[in-house]
Amino acid sequence: MGCGSSIAKKPRGSDKAIRAAMIIQNWYRSYSARLKVRQRYALTIFQSIEYANEQGQMQLSSFFTFMLENYAKANEKERELVTRIFRNDPQEKDREDYVKMINVPESYNGPRLQFPLTFTDIDLLIEGFKQQKILHAHYVLAVLFEAKKVLMQMPNVSHIKTFPSREITVCGDLHGKLDDLFLIFYKNGLPSEENPYVFNGDFVDRGKNSIEILMILLVTLLVYPNDLHLNRGNHEDFLMNLRYGFTKEIMTKYKLYGGKILKILEEVYTWLPIATVVDNEILILHGGLSESTDLNLLHRIERQKMKSVLIPPISPDEEDMIDSRKNKGGGRKGRTSVILSEQLLQHEWEQLVDILWSDPRGKRGCYPNKSRGGGCYFGPDVTSKILNKYHLKLLVRSHECKPDGYEICHDGKVITVFSASNYYEEGSNRGAYIKLRHCMAPRFIQYQVTKSTCPRTLYQRVNTIEGSAIRMLKERMIARKTDLVRTFEAHDHTKSGKVSLGQWAFSMESVMELNLPWRSLSAHLVNTDKDGKINYMSSFEDVLIQKPVKEVQSSIIETLCRYRSDLKIIFNVIDTDHSGLISVEEFRDMWKLFKTHYSVHIDDSQVDELANKMDLNKDGSIDFNEFLKAFHVVHKFDTK
Amino acid sequence: MAEDKEWESSETTVAEFHKRIKEAFEVFDHESNNTVDVREIGTIIRSLGCCPSEGELHDLIADVEEEEPTGYIRLEKFLPVMTEVLLERRYRPIPEDILLRAFEVLDPAKRGFLTKEELVKYMTEEGEPFSQEEMEEMLSAAIDPESNSIHYKDYISMMVVDEN
Repeated sequence: MGCGSSIAKKPRGSDKAIRAAMIIQNWYRSYSARLKVRQRYALTIFQSIEYANEQGQMQLSSFFTFMLENYAKANEKERELVTRIFRNDPQEKDREDYVKMINVPESYNGPRLQFPLTFTDIDLLIEGFKQQKILHAHYVLAVLFEAKKVLMQMPNVSHIKTFPSREITVCGDLHGKLDDLFLIFYKNGLPSEENPYVFNGDFVDRGKNSIEILMILLVTLLVYPNDLHLNRGNHEDFLMNLRYGFTKEIMTKYKLYGGKILKILEEVYTWLPIATVVDNEILILHGGLSESTDLNLLHRIERQKMKSVLIPPISPDEEDMIDSRKNKGGGRKGRTSVILSEQLLQHEWEQLVDILWSDPRGKRGCYPNKSRGGGCYFGPDVTSKILNKYHLKLLVRSHECKPDGYEICHDGKVITVFSASNYYEEGSNRGAYIKLRHCMAPRFIQYQVTKSTCPRTLYQRVNTIEGSAIRMLKERMIARKTDLVRTFEAHDHTKSGKVSLGQWAFSMESVMELNLPWRSLSAHLVNTDKDGKINYMSSFEDVLIQKPVKEVQSSIIETLCRYRSDLKIIFNVIDTDHSGLISVEEFRDMWKLFKTHYSVHIDDSQVDELANKMDLNKDGSIDFNEFLKAFHVVHKFDTK
Repeated sequence: MAEDKEWESSETTVAEFHKRIKEAFEVFDHESNNTVDVREIGTIIRSLGCCPSEGELHDLIADVEEEEPTGYIRLEKFLPVMTEVLLERRYRPIPEDILLRAFEVLDPAKRGFLTKEELVKYMTEEGEPFSQEEMEEMLSAAIDPESNSIHYKDYISMMVVDEN
């Protein structure tokens, strides 16, 4: 306290030098603080866009329900489509059925696994992946098949012990970032009987090496089934993978066999355990808790019925409706009841969504997770209540990126651990893992993967992160340009092209629906004149949406850009054989449903016209990836 | 930042300050319960364009802390104090020429540079000493690796450009 005054009394250097040093220190601390705030703002942008996307993803579930209803009342052919999409044929095949047609050629120089697997296969695999080799589809399928068999034998909740002297390592989200997994193994050793691990979900998506991570984890599981524990995360979900990259990774790496891999992967996910309990004291699960979390129920739930968070159970009422509609149309009763017997009850499904999707907050109570659109926010009182009820001391969860790789909240009763460093951008955050030991406080180990050899300055790091955050934000803004401009103009009575900072921030908040510090961000998004007025069109000067076809109107372009990821998933769901093609007819049908459900006001004829134009070779089918790729945002002043 | 022009001392100014303070506060309010860790309050204050010294910062924190310090600062207490700081325009940023003169004081021979050792000595032993982390962070951008010294005039202009 008041070190300034104490120094004045007892000077060490000359008074002048001390004052000079203080000025420099004072200036530098402010400089550095401002940069750190900018870094934090950038993280806030990344996170709020990430959650807004998740919200969009979760909204798809109501779209799929809507689609199911609409298709169910439609004709036979369309009903076929519904069954194809939402039902899995039970596949009780043996391994040979999966791999017999797929031979590993002599020329293959990647890792060759030998079943039954041993620890040498783990080494082989890691060595191969370090050399950027791709594991052959034959082995991928065999590993997935064997892993499924082992996982099926496991209970929903794994109970493990640190006693007598074993430390257990807990890792959070890896998200396809293989370098982080290698770094953890390098620092902490490979999993083994003496070195048990819990991986707490979200192994896949986002990063480039999801399949490699999954293969290492599953092979290790097969070698050490009692020492490696996998909890399901919200990204171990085949419909999430469609948006967040893993499906694409598999199709790119495995082309022909990709579809087959995806099929069995979908099942492997459903068999992953959902939680781990250490020493009857520490509960480890991916997301969090809710007021109604019932561990007894979670112990006996049929977890494999949870196919995707986007496919909620159909309520019995709806079943009646669908059946009666079908009867009217001379339908085939019983089809939906087959679906029903394969699904969870509504409250069971909600229990699972809550533990996979929830986030802790400081506010008491339990309320819907509005930013993610799924699961809930739970307060310290909920944590205490649930932990006490089951005589637990601590909840370890993942699911949220934290600047330091971990964070402790709720009076030390909740730990978040996140193991993907540089999650949003190079330098955005550290990763961490936790070491749990009997009767001892958890230890945290932090790390950060770096590619560059020379250390970058704070300014350089912040600049990179901020730059890409602002880019992302601008892409979202351009997709809402029409609405934004309309709102700005409503404030701009004199048509001067300018609004006050307050008005601008208010407009941004109401249209963008992102909880961001707009006032502080304004300097990066718009030009401000010398009177502090904002030239609101200036944020659109350096970005535009590519138009694949000249004549189309901006409203349709913006809509397609805005819902691009949602449409991609919907198309992918229809395209069950992963050919990348859907018929023009399917496209039109889907668009109509989409338009109704999302209240998009666009003339059908425009979309028809666009669809015809996109059917380049006039064979009645559309390559929807190409179609959607066409609507991308261009940054005009990109130097790259 | 355009604080200067928002200077109409009307109620709208106060309301606008409130919003800016809340925005800055919320970014550090990890548990969304209108509190922040006391260790981050300095960053929040500085992000609002203020440059208090460590001593001044301590005094400010004492003003907004609970009677029984909890390690957390509540928005309720922070908001009125910070609004006053902004209205009274306390802790103004240090102008470039003052900063340059400060470096010149530490370089009496007028060589135009300080050696790395000199800089470290002044920054970690005089005034309100830097922590090791702060020192390393400053050095990473300040020191020219070839001469192992800081050419402060270039350094200052580089830092000013960086920020704008």
